[in-house]
Amino acid sequence: NEYNLTGLCNRSSCPLANSQYATVREEKGRCYLYMKVIERAPFPRRLWEKVLLSKNYEKALEEIDENLIYWPRFIRHKCKQRFTKITQYLIRIRKLTLKRQRKIVPLRRKIERREKRREEKALIAAQLDNAIEKELLERLKQDTYGDIYNFPIHAFDKALQEQDAESESESDMEKEKENEDEDKREFVEADDSDLSDFEDMDKLETSSEEEQEDEEETEKEASHPKSKGKTPLKGPTRRKRPHIEIEYEEETEPAAKTKGS
Amino acid sequence: GAGTGAPAGQDAEPPAPGRVLFPPTFSVSEIKNKQRRHFMFLRWKQQQRKEKLALRKKRRKEREALGDKAPPKPIPKTIENQRVYDETTVDPNDEEVAFDEATDEFAPYFNRQTVPKILITTSDRPRGRTVRFCEQLSTVIPNSHVYYRRGLALKRIIPQCIARDFTDLIVVNEDRKIPNGLVLSHLPDGPTAHFRMSSVRLRKEIKRKGKPPTEHAPEVILNNFTTRLGHSIGRMFASLFPHDPQFIGRQVATFHNQRDYIFFRFHRYIFKSEKKVGIQELGPRFTLKLRSLQKGTFDSKFGEYEWIHKRREMDTSRRKFHL
Repeated sequence: NEYNLTGLCNRSSCPLANSQYATVREEKGRCYLYMKVIERAPFPRRLWEKVLLSKNYEKALEEIDENLIYWPRFIRHKCKQRFTKITQYLIRIRKLTLKRQRKIVPLRRKIERREKRREEKALIAAQLDNAIEKELLERLKQDTYGDIYNFPIHAFDKALQEQDAESESESDMEKEKENEDEDKREFVEADDSDLSDFEDMDKLETSSEEEQEDEEETEKEASHPKSKGKTPLKGPTRRKRPHIEIEYEEETEPAAKTKGS
Repeated sequence: GAGTGAPAGQDAEPPAPGRVLFPPTFSVSEIKNKQRRHFMFLRWKQQQRKEKLALRKKRRKEREALGDKAPPKPIPKTIENQRVYDETTVDPNDEEVAFDEATDEFAPYFNRQTVPKILITTSDRPRGRTVRFCEQLSTVIPNSHVYYRRGLALKRIIPQCIARDFTDLIVVNEDRKIPNGLVLSHLPDGPTAHFRMSSVRLRKEIKRKGKPPTEHAPEVILNNFTTRLGHSIGRMFASLFPHDPQFIGRQVATFHNQRDYIFFRFHRYIFKSEKKVGIQELGPRFTLKLRSLQKGTFDSKFGEYEWIHKRREMDTSRRKFHL
Protein backbone atom coordinates (compact mmCIF):
# COMPACT_ATOMS: atom_id res chain seq x y z
CA ASN A 1 0.00 0.00 0.00
CA GLU A 2 1.40 3.38 -0.94
CA TYR A 3 0.52 4.90 2.41
CA ASN A 4 2.32 2.24 4.40
CA LEU A 5 4.76 3.59 6.94
CA THR A 6 7.22 0.80 7.50
CA GLY A 7 6.90 -1.16 4.29
CA LEU A 8 6.01 -4.35 6.11
CA CYS A 9 2.59 -5.95 6.05
CA ASN A 10 1.65 -6.23 9.72
CA ARG A 11 -1.43 -5.60 11.68
CA SER A 12 0.15 -2.60 13.32
CA SER A 13 1.53 -1.06 10.15
CA CYS A 14 -1.36 -1.52 7.77
CA PRO A 15 -3.02 1.77 6.77
CA LEU A 16 -6.27 -0.04 6.05
CA ALA A 17 -6.43 -1.91 9.31
CA ASN A 18 -5.76 1.11 11.50
CA SER A 19 -8.21 3.94 11.75
CA GLN A 20 -5.58 6.37 13.01
CA TYR A 21 -2.49 6.37 10.84
CA ALA A 22 0.22 8.70 9.55
CA THR A 23 2.92 8.51 6.87
CA VAL A 24 5.59 10.66 5.31
CA ARG A 25 5.82 10.65 1.54
CA GLU A 26 7.76 12.76 -0.90
CA GLU A 27 6.65 14.26 -4.13
CA LYS A 28 8.97 16.03 -6.56
CA GLY A 29 11.60 16.50 -3.90
CA ARG A 30 9.28 17.89 -1.19
CA CYS A 31 8.14 15.83 1.81
CA TYR A 32 4.56 15.70 3.03
CA LEU A 33 3.03 14.30 6.18
CA TYR A 34 -0.16 12.35 5.58
CA MET A 35 -2.55 11.75 8.46
CA LYS A 36 -5.70 9.69 8.71
CA VAL A 37 -8.16 9.92 11.62
CA ILE A 38 -11.28 8.04 12.42
CA GLU A 39 -13.47 11.15 12.21
CA ARG A 40 -12.91 11.34 8.50
CA ALA A 41 -13.46 7.62 7.88
CA PRO A 42 -16.80 8.13 6.09
CA PHE A 43 -15.29 10.73 3.76
CA PRO A 44 -12.83 8.87 1.59
CA ARG A 45 -12.01 11.97 -0.41
CA ARG A 46 -10.90 13.92 2.61
CA LEU A 47 -9.50 10.95 4.44
CA TRP A 48 -5.80 11.73 4.17
CA GLU A 49 -4.69 15.12 5.43
CA LYS A 50 -1.59 16.36 3.63
CA VAL A 51 0.83 18.70 5.39
CA LEU A 52 3.87 20.16 3.65
CA LEU A 53 7.01 19.78 5.72
CA SER A 54 9.72 22.42 5.78
CA LYS A 55 12.90 21.95 3.84
CA ASN A 56 14.93 22.42 6.96
CA TYR A 57 15.53 19.04 8.57
CA GLU A 58 15.16 20.04 12.23
CA LYS A 59 12.19 22.23 11.58
CA ALA A 60 10.50 19.45 9.70
CA LEU A 61 11.04 17.07 12.61
CA GLU A 62 9.46 19.61 14.94
CA GLU A 63 6.54 19.94 12.58
CA ILE A 64 6.03 16.21 12.61
CA ASP A 65 6.09 16.24 16.39
CA GLU A 66 3.67 19.10 16.55
CA ASN A 67 1.22 17.52 14.12
CA LEU A 68 1.36 14.10 15.66
CA ILE A 69 1.15 15.29 19.25
CA TYR A 70 -0.83 12.82 21.40
CA TRP A 71 -0.41 10.13 18.73
CA PRO A 72 1.05 6.72 19.61
CA ARG A 73 4.81 6.69 20.03
CA PHE A 74 5.23 4.01 17.41
CA ILE A 75 3.75 6.06 14.60
CA ARG A 76 5.60 9.22 15.57
CA HIS A 77 8.92 7.38 15.69
CA LYS A 78 8.42 5.62 12.44
CA CYS A 79 7.35 8.78 10.71
CA LYS A 80 10.52 10.54 11.75
CA GLN A 81 12.63 7.60 10.67
CA ARG A 82 10.98 7.51 7.30
CA PHE A 83 11.41 11.20 6.86
CA THR A 84 15.11 10.91 7.63
CA LYS A 85 15.57 8.17 5.10
CA ILE A 86 13.75 10.14 2.44
CA THR A 87 15.85 13.24 2.93
CA GLN A 88 19.01 11.14 2.75
CA TYR A 89 18.13 9.63 -0.56
CA LEU A 90 17.06 12.97 -1.96
CA ILE A 91 20.48 14.36 -1.11
CA ARG A 92 22.12 11.45 -2.85
CA ILE A 93 20.05 11.96 -5.99
CA ARG A 94 21.08 15.58 -6.17
CA LYS A 95 24.75 14.67 -5.73
CA LEU A 96 24.65 11.99 -8.40
CA THR A 97 23.04 14.18 -11.01
CA LEU A 98 25.98 16.53 -10.74
CA LYS A 99 28.46 13.82 -11.58
CA ARG A 100 28.65 12.23 -15.03
CA GLN A 101 25.97 9.66 -15.46
CA ARG A 102 26.49 6.45 -17.32
CA LYS A 103 24.24 6.26 -20.27
CA ILE A 104 22.61 2.88 -20.33
CA VAL A 105 22.05 1.68 -23.85
CA PRO A 106 20.03 -1.47 -24.28
CA LEU A 107 21.71 -4.29 -26.14
CA ARG A 108 19.75 -5.85 -28.90
CA ARG A 109 20.19 -9.55 -28.74
CA LYS A 110 19.70 -10.26 -32.39
CA ILE A 111 22.17 -7.63 -33.40
CA GLU A 112 24.73 -8.79 -30.91
CA ARG A 113 24.44 -12.33 -32.17
CA ARG A 114 24.73 -11.17 -35.74
CA GLU A 115 27.79 -9.08 -35.05
CA LYS A 116 29.49 -11.91 -33.22
CA ARG A 117 28.86 -14.31 -36.03
CA ARG A 118 30.07 -11.88 -38.64
CA GLU A 119 33.19 -11.23 -36.67
CA GLU A 120 33.98 -14.91 -36.52
CA LYS A 121 33.50 -15.27 -40.23
CA ALA A 122 35.60 -12.21 -40.93
CA LEU A 123 38.35 -13.65 -38.77
CA ILE A 124 38.35 -16.85 -40.77
CA ALA A 125 38.31 -14.96 -44.04
CA ALA A 126 41.14 -12.73 -42.94
CA GLN A 127 43.73 -15.50 -42.57
CA LEU A 128 45.77 -13.19 -40.42
CA ASP A 129 48.90 -15.27 -40.09
CA ASN A 130 49.25 -15.66 -43.81
CA ALA A 131 48.60 -12.02 -44.44
CA ILE A 132 51.18 -10.92 -41.91
CA GLU A 133 53.78 -13.33 -43.19
CA LYS A 134 53.17 -12.23 -46.73
CA GLU A 135 53.52 -8.60 -45.82
CA LEU A 136 56.74 -9.22 -43.93
CA LEU A 137 58.23 -11.12 -46.84
CA GLU A 138 57.20 -8.30 -49.15
CA ARG A 139 59.01 -5.87 -46.96
CA LEU A 140 62.05 -8.08 -46.92
CA LYS A 141 62.00 -8.15 -50.69
CA GLN A 142 61.59 -4.41 -50.89
CA ASP A 143 64.73 -4.22 -48.84
CA THR A 144 63.27 -2.12 -46.08
CA TYR A 145 65.41 -4.00 -43.60
CA GLY A 146 68.60 -3.08 -45.31
CA ASP A 147 71.57 -5.13 -44.42
CA ILE A 148 70.29 -6.83 -41.31
CA TYR A 149 69.42 -10.07 -43.00
CA ASN A 150 71.95 -11.69 -45.31
CA PHE A 151 70.33 -14.16 -47.58
CA PRO A 152 72.56 -14.60 -50.59
CA ILE A 153 70.03 -16.40 -52.70
CA HIS A 154 67.51 -13.74 -51.94
CA ALA A 155 69.82 -11.06 -53.25
CA PHE A 156 70.27 -13.01 -56.42
CA ASP A 157 66.54 -13.44 -56.88
CA LYS A 158 66.17 -9.73 -56.49
CA ALA A 159 68.78 -9.21 -59.14
CA LEU A 160 66.82 -11.57 -61.34
CA GLN A 161 63.65 -9.62 -60.87
CA GLU A 162 65.42 -6.42 -61.59
CA GLN A 163 66.80 -7.91 -64.75
CA ASP A 164 63.28 -8.74 -65.82
CA ALA A 165 62.08 -5.32 -64.84
CA GLU A 166 64.85 -3.73 -66.82
CA SER A 167 63.99 -5.57 -69.94
CA GLU A 168 60.40 -4.47 -69.63
CA SER A 169 60.95 -0.80 -68.81
CA GLU A 170 61.42 1.85 -71.48
CA SER A 171 63.64 4.22 -69.57
CA ASP A 172 66.81 5.79 -70.88
CA MET A 173 68.52 3.93 -68.12
CA GLU A 174 68.27 0.86 -70.23
CA LYS A 175 70.04 2.44 -73.10
CA GLU A 176 72.70 3.79 -70.84
CA LYS A 177 73.11 0.41 -69.34
CA GLU A 178 73.36 -1.14 -72.70
CA ASN A 179 76.09 1.22 -73.61
CA GLU A 180 77.89 0.33 -70.48
CA ASP A 181 77.29 -3.27 -71.29
CA GLU A 182 78.81 -2.77 -74.64
CA ASP A 183 81.78 -1.00 -73.18
CA LYS A 184 82.27 -3.60 -70.56
CA ARG A 185 81.52 -6.37 -72.92
CA GLU A 186 84.31 -5.28 -75.10
CA PHE A 187 86.63 -5.39 -72.18
CA VAL A 188 85.36 -8.74 -71.07
CA GLU A 189 85.61 -10.39 -74.45
CA ALA A 190 89.32 -9.81 -74.39
CA ASP A 191 89.53 -12.42 -71.64
CA ASP A 192 89.25 -16.03 -72.57
CA SER A 193 88.11 -17.90 -69.49
CA ASP A 194 84.38 -18.43 -69.05
CA LEU A 195 84.55 -17.99 -65.36
CA SER A 196 86.01 -14.52 -65.50
CA ASP A 197 83.41 -13.72 -68.12
CA PHE A 198 80.68 -14.48 -65.71
CA GLU A 199 82.41 -12.75 -62.87
CA ASP A 200 82.57 -9.59 -64.83
CA MET A 201 78.97 -9.95 -65.81
CA ASP A 202 78.38 -10.16 -62.12
CA LYS A 203 80.21 -6.88 -61.56
CA LEU A 204 78.26 -5.38 -64.35
CA GLU A 205 75.06 -6.57 -62.84
CA THR A 206 75.86 -5.22 -59.39
CA SER A 207 76.69 -1.83 -60.77
CA SER A 208 73.56 -1.74 -62.84
CA GLU A 209 71.63 -2.98 -59.81
CA GLU A 210 73.02 -0.13 -57.77
CA GLU A 211 71.89 2.38 -60.31
CA GLN A 212 68.53 0.74 -60.58
CA GLU A 213 68.21 0.68 -56.82
CA ASP A 214 69.09 4.33 -56.52
CA GLU A 215 66.23 5.09 -58.81
CA GLU A 216 63.93 2.84 -56.88
CA GLU A 217 65.03 4.39 -53.64
CA THR A 218 64.09 7.89 -54.70
CA GLU A 219 60.78 6.60 -55.98
CA LYS A 220 60.03 4.89 -52.73
CA GLU A 221 60.83 7.88 -50.59
CA ALA A 222 58.48 10.04 -52.52
CA SER A 223 55.74 7.47 -52.33
CA HIS A 224 53.06 6.70 -49.81
CA PRO A 225 54.00 7.65 -46.27
CA LYS A 226 52.25 4.58 -44.96
CA SER A 227 55.06 2.12 -45.50
CA LYS A 228 57.34 2.44 -42.60
CA GLY A 229 60.97 2.18 -41.90
CA LYS A 230 62.72 2.93 -45.14
CA THR A 231 66.41 2.79 -44.53
CA PRO A 232 68.70 3.90 -47.33
CA LEU A 233 69.28 1.06 -49.71
CA LYS A 234 72.70 -0.33 -50.08
CA GLY A 235 73.39 -2.32 -53.15
CA PRO A 236 74.25 -5.89 -52.41
CA THR A 237 77.94 -6.15 -52.94
CA ARG A 238 78.06 -9.82 -52.36
CA ARG A 239 79.69 -12.00 -54.90
CA LYS A 240 77.64 -14.72 -56.31
CA ARG A 241 79.02 -18.17 -56.43
CA PRO A 242 79.95 -19.15 -59.92
CA HIS A 243 77.96 -22.33 -60.20
CA ILE A 244 74.71 -20.64 -59.39
CA GLU A 245 75.40 -17.95 -61.94
CA ILE A 246 75.91 -20.41 -64.67
CA GLU A 247 72.68 -22.18 -63.92
CA TYR A 248 70.49 -19.16 -63.81
CA GLU A 249 72.08 -17.09 -66.46
CA GLU A 250 71.26 -19.64 -69.07
CA GLU A 251 67.63 -19.57 -68.10
CA THR A 252 67.20 -15.84 -68.08
CA GLU A 253 68.86 -15.06 -71.37
CA PRO A 254 66.01 -16.41 -73.49
CA ALA A 255 63.47 -14.74 -71.22
CA ALA A 256 65.15 -11.38 -71.71
CA LYS A 257 65.19 -11.92 -75.42
CA THR A 258 61.51 -12.78 -75.64
CA LYS A 259 60.57 -9.79 -73.55
CA GLY A 260 62.71 -7.52 -75.65
CA SER A 261 61.15 -8.79 -78.84
CA GLY B 1 -8.76 -41.35 -44.61
CA ALA B 2 -9.09 -39.71 -47.98
CA GLY B 3 -6.55 -37.12 -48.86
CA THR B 4 -7.83 -33.70 -47.94
CA GLY B 5 -7.73 -31.14 -50.66
CA ALA B 6 -5.20 -32.85 -52.85
CA PRO B 7 -4.88 -30.93 -56.10
CA ALA B 8 -5.63 -32.60 -59.35
CA GLY B 9 -2.08 -32.91 -60.53
CA GLN B 10 -0.90 -35.18 -57.77
CA ASP B 11 -0.13 -38.89 -58.16
CA ALA B 12 -2.57 -41.23 -56.52
CA GLU B 13 0.17 -43.49 -55.21
CA PRO B 14 3.71 -42.29 -54.72
CA PRO B 15 5.81 -44.09 -57.36
CA ALA B 16 9.48 -44.97 -56.94
CA PRO B 17 11.49 -41.84 -56.12
CA GLY B 18 13.76 -42.21 -59.11
CA ARG B 19 11.03 -41.55 -61.60
CA VAL B 20 8.90 -38.93 -60.02
CA LEU B 21 7.55 -36.37 -62.39
CA PHE B 22 6.10 -33.26 -60.95
CA PRO B 23 3.84 -31.39 -63.30
CA PRO B 24 5.17 -27.92 -63.81
CA THR B 25 2.38 -26.04 -62.11
CA PHE B 26 2.60 -28.08 -58.96
CA SER B 27 4.24 -26.87 -55.81
CA VAL B 28 4.70 -28.82 -52.65
CA SER B 29 3.22 -26.07 -50.53
CA GLU B 30 -0.22 -26.57 -51.99
CA ILE B 31 -0.83 -29.85 -50.22
CA LYS B 32 -2.90 -29.25 -47.15
CA ASN B 33 -2.04 -32.44 -45.33
CA LYS B 34 1.09 -31.89 -43.32
CA GLN B 35 2.41 -35.40 -43.36
CA ARG B 36 1.92 -35.77 -47.05
CA ARG B 37 3.34 -32.38 -47.72
CA HIS B 38 6.40 -33.21 -45.70
CA PHE B 39 6.81 -36.46 -47.56
CA MET B 40 6.48 -34.82 -50.92
CA PHE B 41 8.93 -32.15 -49.92
CA LEU B 42 11.52 -34.71 -48.94
CA ARG B 43 11.10 -36.41 -52.23
CA TRP B 44 11.42 -33.17 -54.09
CA LYS B 45 14.61 -32.44 -52.20
CA GLN B 46 16.04 -35.81 -53.04
CA GLN B 47 15.29 -35.25 -56.64
CA GLN B 48 17.01 -31.87 -56.59
CA ARG B 49 20.07 -33.39 -55.05
CA LYS B 50 20.16 -36.13 -57.65
CA GLU B 51 19.92 -33.63 -60.44
CA LYS B 52 22.72 -31.57 -58.95
CA LEU B 53 24.95 -34.59 -58.60
CA ALA B 54 24.23 -35.65 -62.15
CA LEU B 55 25.09 -32.18 -63.39
CA ARG B 56 28.34 -32.15 -61.50
CA LYS B 57 29.33 -35.55 -62.82
CA LYS B 58 28.60 -34.50 -66.33
CA ARG B 59 30.70 -31.41 -65.96
CA ARG B 60 33.58 -33.32 -64.52
CA LYS B 61 33.42 -35.81 -67.37
CA GLU B 62 33.51 -32.98 -69.85
CA ARG B 63 36.53 -31.52 -68.13
CA GLU B 64 38.38 -34.77 -68.24
CA ALA B 65 37.43 -35.33 -71.82
CA LEU B 66 38.82 -31.98 -72.83
CA GLY B 67 41.98 -32.57 -70.86
CA ASP B 68 44.39 -29.75 -71.48
CA LYS B 69 42.02 -27.67 -73.50
CA ALA B 70 39.55 -27.41 -70.66
CA PRO B 71 38.67 -23.84 -69.72
CA PRO B 72 40.16 -22.77 -66.38
CA LYS B 73 38.15 -23.44 -63.28
CA PRO B 74 35.79 -20.62 -62.41
CA ILE B 75 36.81 -18.55 -59.41
CA PRO B 76 34.64 -19.22 -56.37
CA LYS B 77 32.59 -16.30 -55.24
CA THR B 78 33.59 -14.86 -51.91
CA ILE B 79 32.21 -11.95 -50.03
CA GLU B 80 35.33 -9.98 -50.79
CA ASN B 81 34.88 -10.72 -54.49
CA GLN B 82 31.28 -9.72 -54.47
CA ARG B 83 31.82 -6.59 -52.45
CA VAL B 84 29.72 -3.66 -53.55
CA TYR B 85 32.07 -1.16 -55.08
CA ASP B 86 32.44 1.81 -52.81
CA GLU B 87 32.86 5.07 -54.63
CA THR B 88 35.13 6.44 -51.97
CA THR B 89 37.75 3.79 -52.60
CA VAL B 90 41.16 5.35 -52.64
CA ASP B 91 43.20 5.04 -55.76
CA PRO B 92 46.90 4.93 -54.86
CA ASN B 93 47.74 7.60 -57.40
CA ASP B 94 44.95 9.93 -56.53
CA GLU B 95 46.25 13.45 -56.24
CA GLU B 96 43.34 14.80 -54.33
CA VAL B 97 43.81 12.19 -51.64
CA ALA B 98 47.52 12.88 -51.48
CA PHE B 99 46.83 16.58 -51.12
CA ASP B 100 44.28 15.96 -48.40
CA GLU B 101 46.66 13.80 -46.52
CA ALA B 102 49.37 16.37 -46.72
CA THR B 103 47.14 18.92 -45.06
CA ASP B 104 45.08 16.95 -42.57
CA GLU B 105 45.59 16.59 -38.85
CA PHE B 106 48.15 13.82 -39.20
CA ALA B 107 50.44 15.74 -41.47
CA PRO B 108 52.64 16.91 -38.59
CA TYR B 109 53.17 13.32 -37.58
CA PHE B 110 54.01 12.12 -41.05
CA ASN B 111 56.33 15.05 -41.58
CA ARG B 112 58.10 14.03 -38.41
CA GLN B 113 57.30 17.22 -36.62
CA THR B 114 55.65 15.57 -33.64
CA VAL B 115 56.60 12.56 -31.61
CA PRO B 116 53.66 10.44 -30.54
CA LYS B 117 52.90 10.43 -26.84
CA ILE B 118 49.89 8.45 -25.80
CA LEU B 119 47.70 8.61 -22.72
CA ILE B 120 45.74 5.48 -21.93
CA THR B 121 42.90 5.65 -19.49
CA THR B 122 39.67 3.87 -18.69
CA SER B 123 36.16 4.69 -17.70
CA ASP B 124 35.32 5.00 -14.01
CA ARG B 125 36.29 2.31 -11.61
CA PRO B 126 38.03 -0.15 -13.87
CA ARG B 127 37.97 -3.81 -12.94
CA GLY B 128 41.01 -6.11 -12.94
CA ARG B 129 40.73 -7.25 -16.51
CA THR B 130 40.56 -3.76 -17.88
CA VAL B 131 43.45 -2.64 -15.74
CA ARG B 132 45.65 -5.44 -16.97
CA PHE B 133 44.59 -4.83 -20.53
CA CYS B 134 45.62 -1.19 -20.25
CA GLU B 135 48.98 -2.16 -18.84
CA GLN B 136 49.63 -4.58 -21.68
CA LEU B 137 48.51 -2.06 -24.22
CA SER B 138 50.98 0.42 -22.85
CA THR B 139 53.81 -2.08 -23.27
CA VAL B 140 52.78 -2.60 -26.87
CA ILE B 141 52.65 1.09 -27.74
CA PRO B 142 55.91 2.80 -26.98
CA ASN B 143 55.89 6.15 -25.21
CA SER B 144 52.50 5.62 -23.64
CA HIS B 145 51.34 6.25 -20.12
CA VAL B 146 48.45 4.82 -18.17
CA TYR B 147 46.55 7.05 -15.79
CA TYR B 148 43.50 6.03 -13.87
CA ARG B 149 40.53 8.23 -13.78
CA ARG B 150 39.03 8.89 -10.41
CA GLY B 151 35.88 10.57 -11.43
CA LEU B 152 37.45 13.18 -13.65
CA ALA B 153 35.47 14.48 -16.55
CA LEU B 154 36.99 13.94 -19.97
CA LYS B 155 36.32 17.51 -20.92
CA ARG B 156 38.70 18.61 -18.21
CA ILE B 157 41.33 16.01 -18.90
CA ILE B 158 41.73 16.99 -22.52
CA PRO B 159 43.06 20.52 -22.03
CA GLN B 160 45.50 19.21 -19.44
CA CYS B 161 46.72 16.57 -21.86
CA ILE B 162 47.24 19.09 -24.58
CA ALA B 163 49.20 21.24 -22.16
CA ARG B 164 51.48 18.33 -21.36
CA ASP B 165 52.19 17.56 -25.00
CA PHE B 166 50.26 14.38 -25.41
CA THR B 167 49.39 13.59 -29.00
CA ASP B 168 46.78 10.88 -28.51
CA LEU B 169 44.27 9.79 -25.96
CA ILE B 170 42.90 6.29 -25.64
CA VAL B 171 39.94 5.61 -23.37
CA VAL B 172 39.03 2.00 -22.74
CA ASN B 173 35.41 1.70 -21.83
CA GLU B 174 34.36 -1.11 -19.58
CA ASP B 175 31.09 -2.86 -18.99
CA ARG B 176 30.54 -5.62 -16.48
CA LYS B 177 34.20 -6.22 -15.92
CA ILE B 178 35.20 -6.60 -19.54
CA PRO B 179 36.51 -3.88 -21.80
CA ASN B 180 34.07 -3.33 -24.61
CA GLY B 181 34.73 0.04 -26.15
CA LEU B 182 37.61 2.20 -27.24
CA VAL B 183 37.74 5.89 -27.86
CA LEU B 184 40.78 7.04 -29.77
CA SER B 185 41.29 10.75 -29.94
CA HIS B 186 44.06 12.63 -31.65
CA LEU B 187 44.77 15.44 -29.31
CA PRO B 188 45.63 18.77 -30.70
CA ASP B 189 42.19 19.12 -32.15
CA GLY B 190 42.21 15.90 -34.04
CA PRO B 191 39.51 13.45 -35.01
CA THR B 192 37.98 11.14 -32.47
CA ALA B 193 37.08 7.61 -33.34
CA HIS B 194 34.77 5.52 -31.24
CA PHE B 195 35.05 1.74 -31.58
CA ARG B 196 33.29 -1.20 -30.17
CA MET B 197 35.88 -3.68 -28.92
CA SER B 198 35.35 -7.39 -28.75
CA SER B 199 37.26 -10.63 -28.22
CA VAL B 200 39.88 -9.15 -25.99
CA ARG B 201 42.57 -11.66 -25.11
CA LEU B 202 45.19 -10.79 -22.57
CA ARG B 203 48.70 -12.11 -22.79
CA LYS B 204 48.15 -14.98 -20.42
CA GLU B 205 45.24 -16.23 -22.47
CA ILE B 206 47.23 -16.49 -25.66
CA LYS B 207 48.68 -19.89 -26.29
CA ARG B 208 52.36 -20.30 -27.04
CA LYS B 209 53.16 -16.72 -26.35
CA GLY B 210 56.76 -15.75 -25.98
CA LYS B 211 58.57 -13.42 -23.68
CA PRO B 212 56.91 -10.10 -22.95
CA PRO B 213 57.29 -7.39 -25.58
CA THR B 214 60.47 -5.39 -25.33
CA GLU B 215 60.87 -1.66 -25.48
CA HIS B 216 61.78 -1.56 -29.14
CA ALA B 217 59.50 0.38 -31.42
CA PRO B 218 57.44 -2.08 -33.41
CA GLU B 219 56.70 -1.99 -37.10
CA VAL B 220 53.18 -1.36 -38.18
CA ILE B 221 51.18 -3.24 -40.78
CA LEU B 222 47.92 -1.75 -41.99
CA ASN B 223 45.96 -4.11 -44.22
CA ASN B 224 42.93 -3.54 -46.35
CA PHE B 225 42.05 0.02 -45.56
CA THR B 226 40.64 0.91 -48.91
CA THR B 227 38.08 3.69 -48.70
CA ARG B 228 38.65 7.28 -47.70
CA LEU B 229 37.22 6.55 -44.30
CA GLY B 230 39.40 3.51 -43.95
CA HIS B 231 42.38 5.56 -45.00
CA SER B 232 41.87 8.15 -42.32
CA ILE B 233 41.38 5.49 -39.67
CA GLY B 234 44.51 3.76 -40.86
CA ARG B 235 46.49 6.96 -40.56
CA MET B 236 45.10 7.40 -37.10
CA PHE B 237 46.45 4.03 -36.07
CA ALA B 238 49.75 4.68 -37.72
CA SER B 239 50.19 7.91 -35.84
CA LEU B 240 50.14 6.06 -32.54
CA PHE B 241 53.51 4.44 -33.19
CA PRO B 242 56.88 6.09 -33.54
CA HIS B 243 57.86 6.92 -37.04
CA ASP B 244 61.03 4.84 -37.18
CA PRO B 245 60.61 1.27 -36.12
CA GLN B 246 63.57 -0.50 -34.63
CA PHE B 247 64.11 -3.57 -36.71
CA ILE B 248 66.34 -5.07 -34.08
CA GLY B 249 63.29 -5.64 -31.94
CA ARG B 250 61.62 -7.71 -34.66
CA GLN B 251 58.19 -6.84 -33.42
CA VAL B 252 55.24 -5.99 -35.55
CA ALA B 253 51.81 -4.63 -34.72
CA THR B 254 49.13 -5.43 -37.27
CA PHE B 255 45.83 -3.73 -37.89
CA HIS B 256 44.00 -5.86 -40.39
CA ASN B 257 40.65 -4.75 -41.71
CA GLN B 258 38.30 -7.43 -42.94
CA ARG B 259 34.66 -6.71 -43.63
CA ASP B 260 34.69 -3.68 -41.37
CA TYR B 261 36.25 -5.52 -38.46
CA ILE B 262 39.74 -4.38 -37.54
CA PHE B 263 41.82 -7.13 -36.01
CA PHE B 264 44.79 -6.11 -33.90
CA ARG B 265 47.65 -8.52 -33.38
CA PHE B 266 51.12 -8.12 -31.98
CA HIS B 267 53.81 -10.56 -33.11
CA ARG B 268 57.47 -11.17 -33.01
CA TYR B 269 58.86 -12.38 -36.31
CA ILE B 270 61.99 -14.09 -37.46
CA PHE B 271 63.15 -14.76 -40.97
CA LYS B 272 64.15 -18.35 -41.28
CA SER B 273 65.12 -17.96 -44.90
CA GLU B 274 64.30 -15.49 -47.59
CA LYS B 275 61.08 -17.25 -48.35
CA LYS B 276 59.93 -18.25 -44.90
CA VAL B 277 59.15 -16.21 -41.87
CA GLY B 278 58.02 -17.42 -38.50
CA ILE B 279 55.77 -15.34 -36.31
CA GLN B 280 54.96 -15.74 -32.68
CA GLU B 281 52.07 -13.94 -31.12
CA LEU B 282 53.05 -11.89 -28.11
CA GLY B 283 50.80 -9.21 -27.00
CA PRO B 284 47.15 -8.70 -26.40
CA ARG B 285 44.72 -9.11 -29.24
CA PHE B 286 41.38 -7.51 -29.85
CA THR B 287 38.97 -6.64 -32.63
CA LEU B 288 37.47 -3.26 -33.24
CA LYS B 289 34.45 -2.12 -35.12
CA LEU B 290 34.14 1.52 -35.93
CA ARG B 291 31.05 3.17 -34.59
CA SER B 292 31.60 6.82 -35.20
CA LEU B 293 34.18 9.30 -36.29
CA GLN B 294 34.01 12.82 -34.93
CA LYS B 295 35.81 15.77 -36.32
CA GLY B 296 37.07 17.51 -33.21
CA THR B 297 38.17 16.07 -29.92
CA PHE B 298 35.85 14.04 -27.81
CA ASP B 299 32.59 15.81 -27.24
CA SER B 300 29.44 13.85 -26.99
CA LYS B 301 27.01 16.73 -27.15
CA PHE B 302 28.27 19.26 -29.62
CA GLY B 303 30.59 17.18 -31.70
CA GLU B 304 30.49 17.28 -35.43
CA TYR B 305 30.28 13.75 -36.68
CA GLU B 306 32.05 12.82 -39.83
CA TRP B 307 30.64 9.34 -39.90
CA ILE B 308 28.21 7.41 -37.71
CA HIS B 309 27.24 3.84 -38.17
CA LYS B 310 23.53 3.90 -38.77
CA ARG B 311 22.29 0.41 -38.59
CA ARG B 312 19.15 0.83 -40.60
CA GLU B 313 20.78 2.51 -43.51
CA MET B 314 24.16 0.91 -43.60
CA ASP B 315 23.51 -2.69 -42.73
CA THR B 316 21.04 -3.34 -45.49
CA SER B 317 23.41 -5.16 -47.79
CA ARG B 318 25.64 -8.01 -46.78
CA ARG B 319 28.17 -7.11 -49.40
CA LYS B 320 28.67 -3.50 -48.57
CA PHE B 321 31.48 -2.43 -46.28
CA HIS B 322 32.58 1.00 -45.29
CA LEU B 323 36.18 0.73 -44.26
